[in-house]
Amino acid sequence: MSDLVIQIRDLTRSYVMGAETVNALRGVSLEIRRNEYVAIMGPSGSGKSTLMNLIGCLDTPSTGEYWLNGQEVSRMPDDALARVRNREIGFVFQTFNLLPRASALQNVELPLVYAGVGARERRERSRAALTRVGLGDRMGHRPNELSGGQRQRVAIARALVNDPAILLADEPTGNLDSTTSEEIMRVFESLHAQGQTIIMVTHEPDIAAHAARVIVLRDGRVASDTSSQRNAAA
Amino acid sequence: MMLQDAVKIALNTIRTQKLKSFFSLLGVLIGVTFLIAVVSIVQGMNVYMEDKFANKLVGLNTFQLRRMPNFNSGNVTEDQWRAWQRRPRINYAEASYIESHLKTPAIFSRFCSERMSLIWDGKTAKDIDVWTADAPMFAIKNFDIEAGRTFTPQEARAGLAVAVVGWEVAEKLFKGADPLGKSVTIQGLPYRVVGRIAKQGTIFGISLDKFVVVPFDAPVHRAACSAGFMDEFHIQARNITSMQSALGEVEEMMRIQRRLKPAQEDNFAMQTAEGALEGWKKISRFLMLALPLLVGISVVVGGIVIMNIMLMAVAERTVEIGIRKALGAKRRDILAQFVVESATISTVGAGIGIATGIGLAFLIRALTPLPAAVAPWSVAAGVILGVSVGLFFGIYPASRAAKLDPITALRAE
Repeated sequence: MSDLVIQIRDLTRSYVMGAETVNALRGVSLEIRRNEYVAIMGPSGSGKSTLMNLIGCLDTPSTGEYWLNGQEVSRMPDDALARVRNREIGFVFQTFNLLPRASALQNVELPLVYAGVGARERRERSRAALTRVGLGDRMGHRPNELSGGQRQRVAIARALVNDPAILLADEPTGNLDSTTSEEIMRVFESLHAQGQTIIMVTHEPDIAAHAARVIVLRDGRVASDTSSQRNAAA
Repeated sequence: MMLQDAVKIALNTIRTQKLKSFFSLLGVLIGVTFLIAVVSIVQGMNVYMEDKFANKLVGLNTFQLRRMPNFNSGNVTEDQWRAWQRRPRINYAEASYIESHLKTPAIFSRFCSERMSLIWDGKTAKDIDVWTADAPMFAIKNFDIEAGRTFTPQEARAGLAVAVVGWEVAEKLFKGADPLGKSVTIQGLPYRVVGRIAKQGTIFGISLDKFVVVPFDAPVHRAACSAGFMDEFHIQARNITSMQSALGEVEEMMRIQRRLKPAQEDNFAMQTAEGALEGWKKISRFLMLALPLLVGISVVVGGIVIMNIMLMAVAERTVEIGIRKALGAKRRDILAQFVVESATISTVGAGIGIATGIGLAFLIRALTPLPAAVAPWSVAAGVILGVSVGLFFGIYPASRAAKLDPITALRAE
């Protein structure tokens, strides 16, 4: 089953908030194959952020199993998780989360810095990643010298630079106007076409419509999981 | 993450937040400045005291046999002073006994001094130290005779009225005229000037050139010393070890001649350069003991300020820490980043401190007679201090940053 990138079984996550215990996830099971393009939807409080944090290895589950690219990450200690985040996951955030004082190139280099890649190789690979998202001519600019769409493309280049198993996008168009949103969606589609596995959390149906498969969460459980033929073919 | 990346981040932070960084490194800066400057002043003072004070006033490998010590360290009580005044002076018999019986090779000179007026060509120079001394005095004091000669043993033995003048006397009294061969009047008698001593400069602002040397038995001797006695008997050995043995011999000979019982204290004093330095050594020891305390206080205060600044930096950059963690930074990467940042800030502070300290030392050297010199060890100590203060006070803020939960950190605004 080397084709499976993500394998999740009966995942639960509960938080203690004061005297109360909040069950954010109540047993989620799902599998995602290589080169799938999945959207995770759901109203607020449905547990989609919790699921996204677990998939992104930023958090560990209360119970259940999570296998990512052949390794069980649900029981890993902090530093091992940091390593998995570095090698296997490329994050794209709603608020871009670029370092404001660093240039586009330096931002893209960051995951390679933590991977221990040497300076010259870092620069070469970061240049290539920026060129891939169409920002080959903006490498020396700082985030505040770039438009919203350009910033998000820098973030995408940063997510891709270490060749991760999955690209994990959290409301990637939430801070962008509709024209720019379409532009970012086209970048995602072309990455998908090149073989990238993409998981995108969103609450906007027209953004989710770009994905080949839509998983809807409600009250901490999977409410529906549908694949659209049109996009699956694309 | 590699060290140079962490240093680069830190330098970048200092560059972008100049004013804040300056205040944060002020404490370390002041501490290190203080360290460098005080050490260079104390060491300069050491050189000055040994070179000028002790060796000019007493002489190298030399000691003076006297009725009482002439450089006193600490307070002398009234009773002590009166006891000293009751002591017998050094007499000729004692001096000549030492000169003929000392086993350690040495040269000797009797010495008396009194302030008198000198007259030449109707002009008077007041308050000039007139030294009456034996011929070896010039060698003992290592005087540089820049014109003419010293007096000969024959002139000295005969007590002829000849004089060797100090630089300032030559300059002031003769007003540029060549003093050699001129006749200067002291106590109503004419003295022929046979030599001039090169300029020696000042010590603590007091001129070392306002004096004239005449043979010990010259007529003026009667006014400078009471008959048969001398103020000081100077003894110069060949080196410091032979001076030590000469000291022992002289003490023993003096005790025997004065028939002192074993229980009785010496009723004479032997002044060495070492002894003259005792007072200064006490002060310098105290300064060197107090220095770490003073430097320590400002550096600890500086360290706490840096810790504070770093805690603020961690709070301000929580999102950045979250981003870095999401991208794969391990705890130790974040820890290293902030520890290196605080070490860099405090090392930069120490660096500026070293520069101002060295600047201060040069300023003192240029503006005062102190040969203030920067001690290499104090510079090294400054650098080590800077790095270690930053490392130590950076650990707590850095560990707070490293422990941050990435989800919470990313959500922080």
